[in-house]
Amino acid sequence: MELFEFYRKDRWPHVFCPGCGNGTVMNCFYRAFSELALPLDKTAFVGGIGCSSRIPLYINSDALHTTHGRAIAFATGLKLAKPELKIVVFTGDGDLGAIGGNHFINGCRRNVDMTVICINNNIYGMTGGQASITTPHDFQSTTTPYGNKEYPFDLAEIAVAAGANYVARWTTRNVHELAKSMKTALQKKGFTFVEVVSQCPTNFGRRNKMADPSQMLEWFKESSIRRDKDKPALDQVDLNIEGKVTIGEFVDRNRECYEELIGVGKHG
Amino acid sequence: MKIAPGEYFLQGNEACVQGALSAGVRFFAGYPITPSTEIAEGLSHKLKGADGVFLQMEDEIACISAVIGASWGGVKAMTATSGPGFSLMQEAIGYAAMSETPVVIVNVMRGGPSTGQPTRASQGDVMQTKYGSHGDYQVIAFAPASVQEMFDLTVDSFNYSEKYRVPAFLLSDAEIGHMRGLLKIPEHIRIIDRKEKGMKRPDEAYDVPDNLVHPFPVFGKGHKTMITGMTHTDTSKIEPEDARVHQELVERLSEKILRNRKDINKWELMCPGSKTMIVSYGSASLGAKEVAASDDRVGLLRLKSLWPFPEEPVAEVARNCSQILVSEMNLGMMYWEIKRVAVENGCKKVELLSKIGGDPPTPSEFRHRLREMGAL
Repeated sequence: MELFEFYRKDRWPHVFCPGCGNGTVMNCFYRAFSELALPLDKTAFVGGIGCSSRIPLYINSDALHTTHGRAIAFATGLKLAKPELKIVVFTGDGDLGAIGGNHFINGCRRNVDMTVICINNNIYGMTGGQASITTPHDFQSTTTPYGNKEYPFDLAEIAVAAGANYVARWTTRNVHELAKSMKTALQKKGFTFVEVVSQCPTNFGRRNKMADPSQMLEWFKESSIRRDKDKPALDQVDLNIEGKVTIGEFVDRNRECYEELIGVGKHG
Repeated sequence: MKIAPGEYFLQGNEACVQGALSAGVRFFAGYPITPSTEIAEGLSHKLKGADGVFLQMEDEIACISAVIGASWGGVKAMTATSGPGFSLMQEAIGYAAMSETPVVIVNVMRGGPSTGQPTRASQGDVMQTKYGSHGDYQVIAFAPASVQEMFDLTVDSFNYSEKYRVPAFLLSDAEIGHMRGLLKIPEHIRIIDRKEKGMKRPDEAYDVPDNLVHPFPVFGKGHKTMITGMTHTDTSKIEPEDARVHQELVERLSEKILRNRKDINKWELMCPGSKTMIVSYGSASLGAKEVAASDDRVGLLRLKSLWPFPEEPVAEVARNCSQILVSEMNLGMMYWEIKRVAVENGCKKVELLSKIGGDPPTPSEFRHRLREMGAL
């Protein structure tokens, strides 16, 4: 599939800032999706509110751009009403982990077949750079002028604990691993979760001495610690404290998904 | 799965379940809340396997979100809740209005504000139904006053929701939801299915002009549908900065309901032409019905639909009477709408019999008030 068969050319230019990591994630996703030769018209893309949640609107397929935090709940209804659709949710750290935290946890637990890709840029980018639930401890944002005194959520660890079938985390530096994980997630049944730690040079980097996107990628290189190779059966992930981030594939299991358990039929 | 024609003795909430099944519900998401829980319980038995999906979710926000998602999957979808859960749903109700998603929301009203009276009846959510979400929008809301109407108006909620691509509400209350009574299922039940993009058929849904209600593009059929709650053009292009696009969209969303008020509104009129008219709805009208049936000096206009506001029957009543008594189980909500229309149409004396706490006003309370007004 050509790039502009996959993306809606008429929707460009996009809203993302120069240096944003969303483009990297979109490119990796396009690679994963086209290598698997999945049918675009039988895939629905769902997003909440935020920069990353805008991605579904650029893809040349059915897109549901929903309310803030509720993408997984909308996607659950859509999937169960039309089980032949493949569902991909694009979301961000604020959308998924803060306002939508409850739906995230219960989505993992319910294990409805969908792939959730969370672009975690550690900040509320669209609203101008407020601290999010993944902003590292003591980092700066427009709402933490004295440094972030809270400790961040580890979204991948939550997904593992809540029961997702597949959980992986990469940074935008790990493009090959990321595309491979997206392929695995798309092929797997049940709730699959791929977190991408991404750069927001405009609203995160600029206030944390990394205004240049390449500085942020350098930071990802220095601060990421790969864990899956050391511990292949790892089911515990370290908290993302002080900007350190664990990357790798954390869980790959085959719990029966919800629609199989309730024997959902085809409607309409 | 549908109930067979005949006579049944059922609870109001059970009649709602049967109405939903007769209308063709294929998806229900709910969260336990008194006094609506029987609807979720009833549908959990019926919606399984190929018959549909029942889903109990983590909160009411998830429920309404899943219901909207399911509607885009092309099925008739519904949720049921009460006060606190209804408050949680408000943002998504605005989303459904903006994205023109047909969904049915049953609110078995209980006393509020806040946790209030979980087991007692109220009509305190009638304004929230219309004004609960931010921005300008119109909805359709029905107010049943019997077990039979719990069935009939549930079917109508689905029909009008599908026809106009709008959230439709069944505003019941703890009294109507929990009362038991006779339910007659007719041989033929009128069902309207949504006007689907790419399909043409002779159907009531196709009576509405396309410039007001666009055909519905179901997901997974190659339409490349883009659905958003942001300001968008008719081709779903996001234009949040364009004043003209916003005005055209929001005006159309209102107009498609307001212009079709005569098609949507339903009411019952007893003793029209009486000098004194009671205007009421739902369980607040039960006592009034008894008064109007036994005394021809008093008439009753019972509203079976509340939104869009039924201006025509209220105006007609106001032109032909000298005083109006409005009765509702809140401190005065629809009263102000009714008074506005009544005064515009020459009836200057419009009084309110308001009762909260859970018990509907009794016939003797109506008579007492009517005597004070000089009607009896």
